[in-house]
Amino acid sequence: MAYILRFRKLFFLEPVNYSSSDQPKTDEKKSNETPNVESENQGAVSQVLEGNPKRKKQNKQPKEWRRMDSCCWIIGYMCTTWWLLLFLFHCLPGNLPGLKVPEPPGSRLKREGLTALHPIVLVPGIVTGGLELWEGKPCYDGLFRRRLWGGSFTEIFKRPTCWLEHLSLDNETGLDPPGIRIRAVPGLVAADYFAPGYFVWAILIENLARIGYEGKNMYMAAYDWRLSFQNTEIRDQTLSRLKSKIELMYVTNGNKKVVVVPHSMGVIYFLHFLKWVESPPPIGGGGGLGWCAKHIKAIMNIGPAFLGVPKAVSNILSAESKDVAFMRAMAPGLLDSEFLGFQTLEHVMRVSRTWDSIISLIPKGGETIWGNLDWSPEEGHVCDSAKKKYNNGKNENNSEGGTSFRVQELTKYGRIISFGKASSDLPSSHLPVLGSEEFVHGDSSPNSYSSCGNVWTEYNEMSQESIQKIAENKAYTVRTLLHLLHFIAPKMMKRAETHFSHGIADDLDDPKYNHYKYWSNPLETKLPDAPDMEIYCLYGVGIPTERSYVYKLSPPGRCKTIPLQIDSSAEGSDNGCLKGGVYFADGDESVPVLSAGFMCAKGWKGKTRFNPSGIATYIREYEHKPPASLLEGRGLESGAHVDIMGNVALIEDILRVAAGVSGAELGGDRIHSDIKKMSEKINIRL
Amino acid sequence: MSLVRRRKVPENERTQVPDPNPDGNEKDKKIIDNKNEIQKSQKQQSKWNCVDSCCWFIGCTCVVWWVLLFLYNMMPSSFPQYMTEVITGPMPDPPGVKLQKEGLKAKHPVVFVPGIVTAGLELWEGHHCADGLFRKRLWGGTFGEVYKRPLCWVEHMSLDNETGLDPPGIRVRPVTGLVAADYFAPGYFVWAVLIANLARIGYEEKTMHMASYDWRLSFQNTEVRDKSLSRIKSNIELMVATNGGNKAVIIPHSMGVLYFLHFMKWVEAPAPMGGGGGPDWCAKHIRTVVNIGGPFLGVPKAVSGLFSAEARDIAVARAIAPGVLDTDLFHIQTLQHIMKMTRTWDSTMSMIPKGGDAIWGGLDWSPEEGYVPSKRRQRNNVTNEDEKIESKVKRVNYGRIISFGKDVAEAHSSEIERIDFRDAVKGSNVANHTCRDVWTEYHDMGFGGIKAIAEYKTYTAGDILDLLQFVAPKMMERGSAHFSYGIADNLEDPKYQHYKYWSNPLETMLPNAPDMEIFSMYGVGIPTERAYVYRLTPAAECYIPFQIDTSADDEGRCLKDGVFTIDGDETVPVLSAGFMNAKGWRGKTRFNPSGIPTYIREYDHAPPSSLLEGRGTQSGAHVDIMGNFALIEDIMRIAAGAKGEELGGDLVYSDIFKWSEKIKLPL
Repeated sequence: MAYILRFRKLFFLEPVNYSSSDQPKTDEKKSNETPNVESENQGAVSQVLEGNPKRKKQNKQPKEWRRMDSCCWIIGYMCTTWWLLLFLFHCLPGNLPGLKVPEPPGSRLKREGLTALHPIVLVPGIVTGGLELWEGKPCYDGLFRRRLWGGSFTEIFKRPTCWLEHLSLDNETGLDPPGIRIRAVPGLVAADYFAPGYFVWAILIENLARIGYEGKNMYMAAYDWRLSFQNTEIRDQTLSRLKSKIELMYVTNGNKKVVVVPHSMGVIYFLHFLKWVESPPPIGGGGGLGWCAKHIKAIMNIGPAFLGVPKAVSNILSAESKDVAFMRAMAPGLLDSEFLGFQTLEHVMRVSRTWDSIISLIPKGGETIWGNLDWSPEEGHVCDSAKKKYNNGKNENNSEGGTSFRVQELTKYGRIISFGKASSDLPSSHLPVLGSEEFVHGDSSPNSYSSCGNVWTEYNEMSQESIQKIAENKAYTVRTLLHLLHFIAPKMMKRAETHFSHGIADDLDDPKYNHYKYWSNPLETKLPDAPDMEIYCLYGVGIPTERSYVYKLSPPGRCKTIPLQIDSSAEGSDNGCLKGGVYFADGDESVPVLSAGFMCAKGWKGKTRFNPSGIATYIREYEHKPPASLLEGRGLESGAHVDIMGNVALIEDILRVAAGVSGAELGGDRIHSDIKKMSEKINIRL
Repeated sequence: MSLVRRRKVPENERTQVPDPNPDGNEKDKKIIDNKNEIQKSQKQQSKWNCVDSCCWFIGCTCVVWWVLLFLYNMMPSSFPQYMTEVITGPMPDPPGVKLQKEGLKAKHPVVFVPGIVTAGLELWEGHHCADGLFRKRLWGGTFGEVYKRPLCWVEHMSLDNETGLDPPGIRVRPVTGLVAADYFAPGYFVWAVLIANLARIGYEEKTMHMASYDWRLSFQNTEVRDKSLSRIKSNIELMVATNGGNKAVIIPHSMGVLYFLHFMKWVEAPAPMGGGGGPDWCAKHIRTVVNIGGPFLGVPKAVSGLFSAEARDIAVARAIAPGVLDTDLFHIQTLQHIMKMTRTWDSTMSMIPKGGDAIWGGLDWSPEEGYVPSKRRQRNNVTNEDEKIESKVKRVNYGRIISFGKDVAEAHSSEIERIDFRDAVKGSNVANHTCRDVWTEYHDMGFGGIKAIAEYKTYTAGDILDLLQFVAPKMMERGSAHFSYGIADNLEDPKYQHYKYWSNPLETMLPNAPDMEIFSMYGVGIPTERAYVYRLTPAAECYIPFQIDTSADDEGRCLKDGVFTIDGDETVPVLSAGFMNAKGWRGKTRFNPSGIPTYIREYDHAPPSSLLEGRGTQSGAHVDIMGNFALIEDIMRIAAGAKGEELGGDLVYSDIFKWSEKIKLPL
C-alpha cells in the first residue's frame, strides 16, 4: 500500500517534469535504452509519424494522443521495471553469498549452550507502544480496533483533527473523554515495531526466541502510556494484569523468578509497580511484603529516565522536544508551519498536555541533582572531545582534552531554561532575582484567541505582560521551573500533582510516602526488601543529549499562541555544547547520563536509605558507534535511546542474565562516561 | 485537488506541440527528440511496437487503478453502508447498537475459546527454508506461505509422529490475544463481529479474553507444552477479581467446546495432572458456558478426514485451493501430504464420533431415522405431501457411517455379508519405495489389508474405531492416550480421573456448580454430513486407497455425492450439538450430578438475501453463525447478566428432543 502511494506521487509528478522538459529522469532512461537512435536527425517528426500507420489509424488526433500515449508509456515502462526488480528481489535467496550478515547474538549464545531459564517481562516506554480504537466519534466509524498510534499513522493524514481529538484525554480527569475509548494494544505486537520497519523490541524478541523464549515465558506489559501510572490500574487494571502474569509465569516455569526489562519511561512505570504490588489494597496490589523478593530476579533498565529528562520541559513549554513529540521528526515541515491554516504545533501541545505521563518525565530531585544557577554536576563536560576521549582510551590527559579544558567558562547546565544566550552564562549575581510567587495572571485580551480558531492551550489565558515577566526572570533552575510550569499550565500541573512528585524525601518513613504519587520517584521511595534482586542500568553514551535550553519570546504573530520558543539562533559556546539554542551533555540522545546512571552509581549503590536491603546495582554503558554502512540499518552498536535495543552487546547482556547469569559474572560495572565523577559531586544524604 | 490540476498540465501544453517552433528553444527540441526516439524505435522493430503498446496498456491500467484507489481512500468509511441502505432499504441495527440503546452494560467478563483451524499459528523457530518468517503467521492470515513454499509449510505445520509435540528444531505457537481468531483470513470473520458488538456495550481488552491454544495438539498437551490451561485459569481468575467478582461467561466454539470441557475437569483436578483449583473452582468463577456449534459427541466429518483426507472442514486447505489439492500438480502429492500432516494432529481425534452405536445408531437403527429433509422448507412454504410420504418410505441407515457401495448402504443388514477385517493380514505394499517421501500409514498396508476393509462392507460408529485402529495404528495409539470415545458405566470408577476422559461428556461428570448455566447454541437447517459411501480408488502408484464415491446420488435419501446428509449446521449434526443439553445433562443425571440448568438455542439458517449482506446476518452455518444477529443478541444479554429463563428458555426448530428420546442411555 505504502509503495503504491509513493509511486502515485512519483508519477503524478513525472509527466509534469517531462512536459516542461527540464532534464527529466525519464529522458535519460530512454536515451540509455536506445543510444543509437540519438544520432539520427531530428527534423523528421511528421515522417516518423506517418511511418507508423498502425498508430495513426488508432487515433484521429495523433498529436494529442502522442502526449497521453507517452505518459502512459512511461508509467507502464517504469511499473514493469519496478515489478521486475521487485520480482527479482523476492527471488533472491535470503542471504547473498557475498553479503556476510553478522550472526545474531542469539544464535551465538545458543551455540554456547544458553537456554531460556527465567521468564522475561518487557515494559515499553512512552510513545513506543501502540494504541487502538475501541469506541470513537462518528468521524472514525469503521476503524474499530485499528491502530491510531503506531503502525503506519495513515489516519493522521486522512483526518488530522479527528485523530487529535481521539488521542486527547480529558483535561480535568486525565482519563477518557466521553464517548472515546482508546486502549493499549496488548501482546508482543504492541511495541515490537513502532512503525513498519522501525523496530523497538523486535530484535530483542527475536534473539530471545533463539535461545528458547516464546509466548509462555515472555510477556509484553503494554499499558496506555498517556495515562498517569496509577490511572492505568484504575481504568485498565494494567498493574493487576502485570502482577497476575508474573505470578503465572513464575509458577508455570518451574518457580523461576522473572527478569524484567523496562525501557525509557517503562523504568519508572515499573518502579511504580514495585511499590504498588507490595502495598495493601485498595490503592496497592496487596501482594504483601516479599512479593518482589519472591518473583523478581533482576530489573534490566534500558535507557532509564529515573530522574526525568530535560526534554519533557521543553515539550511542555513549547511542544518543541523531539523524542516526546515523535511526530515532529516524522513530519518536520508539517509541524513547523501553519500548514493549511492548521496550527499544528498548538494542536500537538494541547493534546500532549492532556497526557499525564509526560509529567512523570520532568526532572526530579530539584537543584540537588540537576544543579542550580551556578553549579551543575556535569560542569566541565566537553562536548567536542567527548568522542575522541572515549576512542583514545579513558583519560583526559591527552592533548585534545587538555586544550579544551583550558576553557575557564563552564557551561551552566543548572539553568535549565534561560532567556537569551547572554543570561545562560552570566554569573548568577548579575541575574535579576524574581520570586516565582510574583507571577500574576493578567486578563488575556480576548481578541488574541477568538480569532485563532478553536485551538485551546492554556497560554490563551495568559496576558502579554505576564509572559513578559516570565522572560524577565532570565534563568530557571529545576526548582524554579516547577513554579514556572504551575504558572504556565495550572490545570495540567494540578491534575498531575495528584499523580507525581518531583522532590527528594527527607524522611522516607514519613507515612505520607505511602501515597502512590511518590512511587515513581526513586528519590522518594525505598526499593523493596529483596536483597537477592539485581538492578541494572543499561544505557548508551556518547551522543549529545539535550540538557538545558535557551528560550526567547516568539515574535508576536496573529495566531501564534505559543509565546515561547527555543532560540535556535543561539549557537556555539566555547566548548561547543550549545547548538541551536540547546546545551548538550553526554547521554543517549534523550536521557542524560545523570538521569540514567545516578541511581545505580550512587543513589542505590550499597545499602542506602533508598535501598535499605542493599540490592546490587550494576551500570552497563554502551558507547555509541554510528552504523558503519547503510546495510546495517540503525546500527549494531548504536547507543541512541531507541536504537540501543538493537545493540548487540546489550542484547547479549540481557540474554545472559535471562539465562541465569548474575551481574558479577557478567563483568560488573562497565562505564565509559563520567557518571561516577558527576555522582560524587552531588550532595545527597544517603 | 492539486493532483487534478497537475494531471491537466499535459493537456495545456498540448497546444504547443502541433506546431513546434522551428527556431524554438531547447526545451521544445527536446520534446520532439523524445517523440522521435519513441517513434523511431517503434519503427525500427515491429517487436518493439508490441512491447511498447504493452507498456502503454500497463501504464493506462495503473493510472486508472491509482485514480480509483485514490478515490476509494478518500471515500468516507461509512459510504458502503450508506450505499447498501440506499439499495436494500434500512438495515436492522446491529445488536450492539440496539442493546446499547436498551441500556445494557458490560457485566460479566467474557472468555472466547476458538475452535479447530480458526485460530492463527505463528512461527517461533524453524528450519532454514522458513528463514525470515519469525513470528509470521503460518496458519490464518493470507496463507501466502502455502503457495510460496508448500513443502516447507507442510513440514512446519506437522507435529512429531511419535509424541504429538513439536518436531525437533521447529516451534509453531498459537497467536495470542483477540487477533488470534478475530479474522481467519482477511475479510473472513470468525469472532470479529461478536467482539465489535460486545465492545458497543462497553467490553474491552480487560473484560474480554481470547483463550487461544494450539489446536493441533491434544488438549492435555497444550498444557504440557504451552501451559495454555494454566493461562486460561489465571486469566479467568484475574478478570473475575478485577471486575468486582462478577463471574465469567465462557463462549467456546466448535472444538473449543470440548477443550473447555477438558478445562473444567482439569482445573478442579489436583496437581500435577490437573490445575489444582479445588472442587469449587468452576462454581466460583464461571457463570455460564455458551457453547456455539459444539461437537459434543464428535462429527462424522472427522472420520472421513482421517480415513481419506476428504472432509471439508478439517482440511480447510482443500476449500482454499480445491484444484491444487485434487491433482498431482507439480508432482507434489497434495492430498497425501495433507493427510500426513493432519494425521500428526492429535486434536482431530477428539472429534471422532463418541458414544458408539448407542448414540450414533447401529446397522439397522439410528436416532435420526425418519428424518425428512424437506421439512424445513415445508414450514415456510406450501406442504408437499407426496414428497413427504415418498421420503418416509425410503429409510436411511444413518447408523452405517461408512459403507462400501451404495447398495450396501441401502440394503437390510441381513442381506450384507461381512467378513471381519480385524485379523486380516495387511501384506506388504509394493508401491512403498516409489512414492517419494510422502508417508501415510496406508503405505504400510498391502492390497490384502485394503481388500479386507472393503469386504467388511459397512461400519457403524463402534466399528469405526477398529477401522481406524487397523488403518492408522500409530496415530490411534497416540490418540488413545489422550482421548476416549466410549460411554461410562460407572462414573465413580477411579479410572475416569485420567485426563483422556475429560473431553468426552459421556465419561465425565460436570463440575459441582448448581448456579452455573450451560447453553448449546447451534444452527439448523443445513444439510450436514452424517454418513458416507466409499469405494476403492482405482489402483495407482501412490494413492490413498479409499475415496468417497461421489457418483452415489439419491435425492429421496439425502444422498448426494456419496454423502448422506442430515439436519445440522453444515459441520456438526444436530444430534452431536444438542443431545447433551436435550437429554444427557437435562435435570439431575449422572453426567450432571449438581443439576446445572441447560438450554438449547437453535438458529434456523436463512441464506443471505443479497450479496451485499456478505455472509449473512441470519446464517446458521458452523462458522458464519458467529455473525448471526439473534445469536449475538442472546450472547450479549447473557454477558450483561440475563439468565436462561429470561432469554426464553429453549428455542428449538429441529427434532432434537424426539431423537434424544430414541437414544437409550441410562441417566
